[in-house]
Amino acid sequence: MPPLKSAATPVASVLAADARHTVTVVLNGTPRTGQAHPRLLLSDFLRHELGAHGTRVGCEHGVCGACTVRIDGVAQRACLTLAVQADGRRIDTVEGLSQSNQGPTEGRMTALQEAFRRHHALQCGFCTAGILMSLSDYLGRNPKPTEEELRDMLSGHLCRCTGYAGIVRAVMDVTGQAAACDTRSGEAAHV
Amino acid sequence: MKPASFDYLRPATVADALAALAAGGDDARVIAGGQSLMPMLNMRLVQPRLLIDLSRLEELRTLKADSGWLSVGAAVTQAELLSRPTLRDEVPLLAAALPWVGHFQTRNRGTVCGSVAHADPSAEMPLCLVATGGAVVLRNAKRRRTVAAADFFVGPLTTVKAADEIVESVRFPLAAAGSGHAFREVSMRHGDFAITACAATVDGTQASLAVGGVADRPTLRSWPLVGGALLSDLDAALNAFAWDLGGDDDQHATARYRRDLVRRIGRTVLEEALSCRR
Amino acid sequence: MTVMRTVWNGAADPKAAAGTGAPALVGRPMPRVEDGALLTGVARYADDLPAKPGTLHAAILRSPHAHAEILGVDTAAALAVPGVAAVVTGTDAQRVASPFLVGVRAPMEHWCLAVDRVRHVGEPVAVVLADSRYQAEDALDRIAVRYRPLPPVTSIVQALDPASEPLHPALGSNLVNSRSFRYGDPEAAFARADRSVSVEVEFPRNSCTPMECFVVLADHDAAEDAYEVLSNFSGPFAVHPVMARALKVPGSRLRLKTPPHSGGSFGNKQAVFPYIVLMAVCARVAGRPVKWVEDRLEHLMAATSATARRMRIDAAVEADGRVLALRMEQTEDCGAYLRAPEPASLYRNHGNLTGAYDIPNLAVTNRIVVTNKTPTGLNRGFGGGQLYYGLERLMNRVAVELGLDPLDVIRRNLVAAEAMPYRTASGGSLDSGDYPATLEEAVRDGALDALKARRDARRAEGRLYGIGYAAVVEPSISNMGYITTVLTAEERRKAGPKNGAQATASVAVDPTGGVSVHVSSAPQGQGHRTVLAQVVADVFGLRFEDVRVNTDLDTGKDAWSIASGNYSSRFAGAVAGAAQVAATRLRDRMAALVAGSLNSRPEEVRFAGGKVFAAGNPDNALSFSRVAAAGHWAPGTLPDGREAALRETAFWTPEPLKAPTDADYINSSACYGFIFDFCGVEIDRDTGAVRIDRYVTMHDAGRLLNPLLVEGQILGGFAHAVGAALYEEYAYGDDGRFLSGTFADYLVPTACEVPVPVILHRESPSPVTPLGAKGVGEGNCMSTPACLANAVADALGGPVPSLPLTPAKIAALIHPPEPPRPAGPAGAVAAPAPSASGGRGLSGEGSREVPAPPEQVWAILLDPKELAALLPGCEALDRAGPDAYRAEVVVGIGPVRGRYTAEVALSDLDPPRSLTLSGSGSSALGTGRGTGHVTLERTAGGTRVTYRYSAEVGGKVAAVGGRMLDSASRLLIGQFFEKLVARAGGAPAPAERPGLLARLLRFLGLNR
Repeated sequence: MPPLKSAATPVASVLAADARHTVTVVLNGTPRTGQAHPRLLLSDFLRHELGAHGTRVGCEHGVCGACTVRIDGVAQRACLTLAVQADGRRIDTVEGLSQSNQGPTEGRMTALQEAFRRHHALQCGFCTAGILMSLSDYLGRNPKPTEEELRDMLSGHLCRCTGYAGIVRAVMDVTGQAAACDTRSGEAAHV
Repeated sequence: MKPASFDYLRPATVADALAALAAGGDDARVIAGGQSLMPMLNMRLVQPRLLIDLSRLEELRTLKADSGWLSVGAAVTQAELLSRPTLRDEVPLLAAALPWVGHFQTRNRGTVCGSVAHADPSAEMPLCLVATGGAVVLRNAKRRRTVAAADFFVGPLTTVKAADEIVESVRFPLAAAGSGHAFREVSMRHGDFAITACAATVDGTQASLAVGGVADRPTLRSWPLVGGALLSDLDAALNAFAWDLGGDDDQHATARYRRDLVRRIGRTVLEEALSCRR
Repeated sequence: MTVMRTVWNGAADPKAAAGTGAPALVGRPMPRVEDGALLTGVARYADDLPAKPGTLHAAILRSPHAHAEILGVDTAAALAVPGVAAVVTGTDAQRVASPFLVGVRAPMEHWCLAVDRVRHVGEPVAVVLADSRYQAEDALDRIAVRYRPLPPVTSIVQALDPASEPLHPALGSNLVNSRSFRYGDPEAAFARADRSVSVEVEFPRNSCTPMECFVVLADHDAAEDAYEVLSNFSGPFAVHPVMARALKVPGSRLRLKTPPHSGGSFGNKQAVFPYIVLMAVCARVAGRPVKWVEDRLEHLMAATSATARRMRIDAAVEADGRVLALRMEQTEDCGAYLRAPEPASLYRNHGNLTGAYDIPNLAVTNRIVVTNKTPTGLNRGFGGGQLYYGLERLMNRVAVELGLDPLDVIRRNLVAAEAMPYRTASGGSLDSGDYPATLEEAVRDGALDALKARRDARRAEGRLYGIGYAAVVEPSISNMGYITTVLTAEERRKAGPKNGAQATASVAVDPTGGVSVHVSSAPQGQGHRTVLAQVVADVFGLRFEDVRVNTDLDTGKDAWSIASGNYSSRFAGAVAGAAQVAATRLRDRMAALVAGSLNSRPEEVRFAGGKVFAAGNPDNALSFSRVAAAGHWAPGTLPDGREAALRETAFWTPEPLKAPTDADYINSSACYGFIFDFCGVEIDRDTGAVRIDRYVTMHDAGRLLNPLLVEGQILGGFAHAVGAALYEEYAYGDDGRFLSGTFADYLVPTACEVPVPVILHRESPSPVTPLGAKGVGEGNCMSTPACLANAVADALGGPVPSLPLTPAKIAALIHPPEPPRPAGPAGAVAAPAPSASGGRGLSGEGSREVPAPPEQVWAILLDPKELAALLPGCEALDRAGPDAYRAEVVVGIGPVRGRYTAEVALSDLDPPRSLTLSGSGSSALGTGRGTGHVTLERTAGGTRVTYRYSAEVGGKVAAVGGRMLDSASRLLIGQFFEKLVARAGGAPAPAERPGLLARLLRFLGLNR
């Protein structure tokens, strides 16, 4: 497909469809450069160009939330973002939450990650990275959400394994709030 | 499920963007937040040859209340608008409806103008624009024009915006003293597109109900207040409105159900709006 | 039977830690070993693993039609697309593969790629192999397939109609199999019963939709004609021989590996197997490795589905609610093909058709039909949701019709504790439990009385509130022979016996004394590694972290059997049990070898605290690592030249699982847990929405190996069940088009829709499994939909709509009749055309006065040039025959556009009075068909043009855009007739639709 040419068009700044273009992001604090066609999704760029597989792809239409990353600090869908749109941005993914790739994870995870483990907030783990990235943004803005507020935010993520109870419990625990979602108390949270 | 090929332009100015749009014609699309467009690109429902990215244009990041209007520029996200501390006073209907737009994560990127331009018949932003009597500022390389919300939406995903125009901003009238507002929507799940969404506004003389999700575009109807109260035969008026809106069956809900919600939720929001007048 | 609530949690466990008194790990809520990698993003799923150099990426062209003949596939243009290496079609499949084996004797061929006919929307038709997925998708649109649509079969009722178009012509009808069974004396029971009570229900299609879709990496070694595949396949590995046969190689030449992590399955990843074969074929045809990652649209449209089932059950009942006999008629919709292991869904519960009840007489008729829908397969609850929905709705109806308390009817019929193990009418063996006591405990601990008071209070406020109950048995560890119950005894004799549920586990010690465990359980997120570490550490008296568990599977290297895999809730009972058996054998061998040096007898050797010692002399202890390593370092020192104790592999099968008897008795599962649920729901009178106010679920799943994980399984199953009951359905139009193609239309519940249930336990160890454990993960998918529906019935005081119980369906029952449309002129808003109803094609009509005589209007319609101008987006129109044309049109709504090559025809010509205009076409967006009947009527001012139209839209655009399809189609069809009016000199659109014509003209690009 030939690049668009018009006297009125600033041709120089058009990234041609059939070429790969250099995209530089600050990934979890480290500048990383890769090549991308204009149509390459950020999710694919992170996973297959930069090798950051921690971001998962679950629907590619923005509903499931598995691919959620932080772009300039803000939680967003990587599948609804082009790699070229992320050029020059700060991208944070699950790999950046802790320095766990340096060895055993014990003791190196964040309090939130530890709470997820303690409360069995994950099973297959496929949705987990996206949820952690949403939470890392959200809890910065709303450090003590009510259970209702939290569930509202979590509704941007689909989890098929947990029924969400462990996730809610983990967050309420880590934000220092009374235990929610106790399946033993006989006082089920009413949604 | 990957997009078809396109050239990508990140213009330095709005003028550059509009020039490119004029040159690209129907083969060019603008993208701001992309929360509606990107899924359609990924599904290859939309296959532009040129994608023009407005998201970094500072000129379009305007968000200001001025001469009776709250003006929201094309690069302003739904989250940014929702977090505006004065929004509840300026356009209370927006403050009520914005949390229903998608999810936290999509509001973080999705723009108000993008949602209006997309013109989904069930979407909340077009509904609010119609309900409040807002306007859409369209701009092409040569001129700028303002279209009343009521004239902007003409069908599903269809507006009067020409191919060479962008929605530069949308304008919501600032709530007048003594007005009341209420919003409710019924959807299958939290955050889904509305089966029926109802937005009511009441001022000193009339009560208005805008409905999304039923007809092929958000639709407004107004009735005079009688002695400061709603019509005595409001049920009949709502029934007539519901029938005029029509609605379609889909796999989630019937047209009849949608009309029932207009009659029931419509009354609820009108009463709420009346009772919360400031 | 004692309640085993705490006894397993500590030193009292007789099996724990070899009786040393050390606290056992089994029974403790251990956090998972899997979580570290998953939480930090370093876990590797199938799509994260490196592909071989030169790997091609696959994209699949799928049928937009529900049912059509394939007349031709032209791949030339696709091959010319940059980056494309090959395009594989059904012809290639026929060359190098065979059709899949079918579980019943029926002449139906299922190929990995459609050969001469497509039978469901989304069926693979061709595969593009290219350097990237993006490029492969580019080429999909360039493949030209010519179809001849056939009438679709879209419901069970329709499939049973002998006049329905047969999907598989050689079969002659769409009824694939029908068998009747009779146990006890049902006729006599019905004759003597006080009365009979009936229900007829239909369970919809839905699916558990794991968050990770299918992944296949396939390679073919031409030198050895062997395939190597990596896939997130979940088993059952009974499908492995099906795949090998389809690839025409022995199983040894299909080496199948699974990745270290898998993003959920719930049964669904069984259905990747046709794609394993397809990608293996592609790799062979292309001569290069191939990778395919299913996307979500593909998954929802065409991966798999639970079966839909129609069920009628009659119960012979006494006045006190005692059920003497059941008569069941079940008809199962298995979709377009009977894909292995179907019809398993219909027979999985054959041994427990009478549920938790003591009902000795049973008559069953099972029918299996094919429809033009996605083939069905494993799905959490497999067949149980369907069965118990009918059975528990029936028990509820018994109570309602007899004027009894529904709970009392359940009580009256439960299997008694003294009857355990209880043999069911159809041959199942309910292995343990005290159902009545368990129920009473749930009623007490779950506070049913308080819930009833709450219901009374809500009802007193005028609210709609109901309480529902369900009691079920949850089968686990499927008997591999149950599926053969679909065959006659004669057919079974010919085929040879099938039975058992073999689990495999290997336990090894390494030269440093480390213990490793391998199982062929193919976990998909359940935490198998954690539980196995608990089990094996207990056997050796080691710490949890001393045991390393590997659950990757490589059929070329690891121990496995056809029963391997992750299904039928077999892990806790069978696989963990097999691991314990293997570890115990290894430990006993080590004990025998070391006994001499401890001056002890083997049976007195103890393993605890990382030490090995004689029971009577714990001070003289050897370290475990020393003992374990000795077999590696110093085999020469072993007594009597015996083999070192380095590794043990156990193949364990539950003893009671026999093949079906000649009289069709079958114990279809090894264990049966018991579940009793009750719940309170409130229905919003305005919206019809169901809110789950309280949900109590009591489980007896035998011994709990890890209560934290058990809770997770119950919560997850419950969430799936809430989805199935209230939200989820794979919806199809009557024309076979698929309507649930995105996660915006297939409604997986979010955190705002899933409440937290109260979970109660009793533990009645299974006598069948080594650890006393039973399955627990599927139960709520069986009990909860029925329990919620019973609560809704109680709230409504009447019938319940079909699942899912959507607000619109319930509102239709509780809202008064719709007030009529007021007479008089419409208001400012355009009057809508009559609406189509969901799923059926769009239809509508209109009428317009034109100031021209009928002859002139007629001339316009018959003139190709004029017709071209009328057709929306028409770019070219060529005559293809008398009154037939081929048109190039670009149509769409807003930014969504598709280029269609359309066939347009005029028929039923009655000049100048009436004609029929029909058109059909397809594009990458899908298919469209429409028919318009136009009548011209002479009037004083000219002509009244009246039109009636119907249209069908299928394929991708229908699957992803169903919500706006009707209004979009109406807009397009409206354009044609508005244009016709305009061409004939008619006035612009009536005043109540200002700007419509202008809008349409703009839309058509005429006034830009």
